[in-house]
Amino acid sequence: MFTRAYRTVITMPPLLWVSLFLLAPYLLMFCYSFWSLSASQTIVHSWSLENYRQLLSVEVYWQTLLRSMWIAARVMLFSLLLGYPLAYFLSFRAAARKDLFYQLVIIPLWVSYLVRAYAWKTILGSDGVLNTLLQYAHLTSHPLDFLLYSPFAVVLTLTHIYTPFTFLPIYASLEHIPRNLVEASHDLGASPAQTFWRVIFPLSIPGVLAGATFAFVLSLGDFLAPLLLGGPSGIMISNIVVSLFGAAYNWPLGAAISFCMLVLVVSLLFFSERLEKKWIFS
Amino acid sequence: MDFLMSAGALRSSRWLTLHAILVFAFLYLPIAVLIVYSFNGPGVGGFPPRDLTLDWYRTLFADGAIWESVGNSLLVAACAVAIALGLGIPAALALDRAQFPGKAVFRRLVLLPLILPGIITGLSLLMLFNEGHIKLSLLTIVLGHGTALISVATTEVFAGLQKLDRAQEEASLDLGANYWQTFLRITLPNLKLSIIGAALLIFTLSMDEIAVSFFLIGRNNTLPLEIWGRLRRGITPEINAISTIIFVFSLTAITLWYRLRKAEGTTEVAAELIDTAG
Repeated sequence: MFTRAYRTVITMPPLLWVSLFLLAPYLLMFCYSFWSLSASQTIVHSWSLENYRQLLSVEVYWQTLLRSMWIAARVMLFSLLLGYPLAYFLSFRAAARKDLFYQLVIIPLWVSYLVRAYAWKTILGSDGVLNTLLQYAHLTSHPLDFLLYSPFAVVLTLTHIYTPFTFLPIYASLEHIPRNLVEASHDLGASPAQTFWRVIFPLSIPGVLAGATFAFVLSLGDFLAPLLLGGPSGIMISNIVVSLFGAAYNWPLGAAISFCMLVLVVSLLFFSERLEKKWIFS
Repeated sequence: MDFLMSAGALRSSRWLTLHAILVFAFLYLPIAVLIVYSFNGPGVGGFPPRDLTLDWYRTLFADGAIWESVGNSLLVAACAVAIALGLGIPAALALDRAQFPGKAVFRRLVLLPLILPGIITGLSLLMLFNEGHIKLSLLTIVLGHGTALISVATTEVFAGLQKLDRAQEEASLDLGANYWQTFLRITLPNLKLSIIGAALLIFTLSMDEIAVSFFLIGRNNTLPLEIWGRLRRGITPEINAISTIIFVFSLTAITLWYRLRKAEGTTEVAAELIDTAG
């Protein structure tokens, strides 16, 4: 249907741009991960598996990666626990106020990520809003110091940030459920609980998977919330990468870690997409 | 979620309402704190807030570095919109209508930055610029934002194309217009809302972006990086003040965007965006 010229014009510029600024950098990251540093701190373009060997053998990398995954898993779980019932409420119970509530959920998404993380810091700090409130109400006599600079603070902040992201695909999948299926279930004598677990919940699984993937992947790669609120016990894998590209100056090792993250993320996406398809067709 | 299992519809309804109220409180608590303490005389922290003042706004308006970074951010965001739309519109057309080898891979690659943590996009571009001996500056940030946000432009325009009535275009071609005329006179006007929506979204996302910019920054700061630099030195109510101002602007932008969306007859574009990314 299209002339060759038209097809070339719509395909070539994006293809070229994406190859140069997305594909090439990812490949370059892969290359870097095999390179090394010379004694004079310049990057040597010779190939070895040394960086990956170091990754496997140095415990702190492993521990931090596992801790990051544990933090990300908690963020994912809490976002689902907050996001799913909210999405259900909007889709099935909110009726005329649906649009208003929907807007209320997405408005926080438009407030700077950094600013919201900072706001949590001012809430959780030892002379922050929460601690001074507790003392003002004579509930505590000393500031609680576990609130800030802890994995707790990181999980709380990231949950705050990714709950709307988790909510959105769940809400979309709930909205796509034909209402006559729900009515049929009621008419055939199912209780509300049975209708939920046998009809609504299974049909919302694709949304849950998409939301969960979003929360997990994005919090796994986060480095700003841990820097701002995590303290030494809240360090995540991306913080190690940041320091390797900064003060610790070892780009090749940093590239090896980030390439592993890239592979992890892409396989998670692949896996969740597979699962989603399998679910839809079964 | 045992309340859904055990209780009757009325009781579960009450629980759901309570849950919704609590989630909204959780989502809005930091934003409320942020705004309230921008007017707090003694600075951030301390309960209750007291000595309401506009001093922090006065300090802010006298702060040259902040406003310079705001200017930089506006410039970067405008350029990012141009790049992302300039490549995202053809990309969406290509994905919707053309068949070419590697289409599936191309689609995934374009959309990847949408879900990839910013650190990976930022670092991989940093290595590219390093190998190409390109000095870091606002230009490298523009390239980073533009590239990452093609994904947003593509999904938004693609969604618009899917809803487009193809009969109009076919009629135009049948009546003797060529592809360019058809594109300019039929396709583009029909996509107007999607394109404006995408532009607003991209602009706001770029204004707020920090993970990619973090690695590509040269000597000139964007606003989020300027804020970041100050946060590392300590908490200051000036940041609450500028954040409050940005919040008001974002709120205006989102209301505008939402109105556009409603005019177009869909309310769940952000969800669509995430759907397509998966």
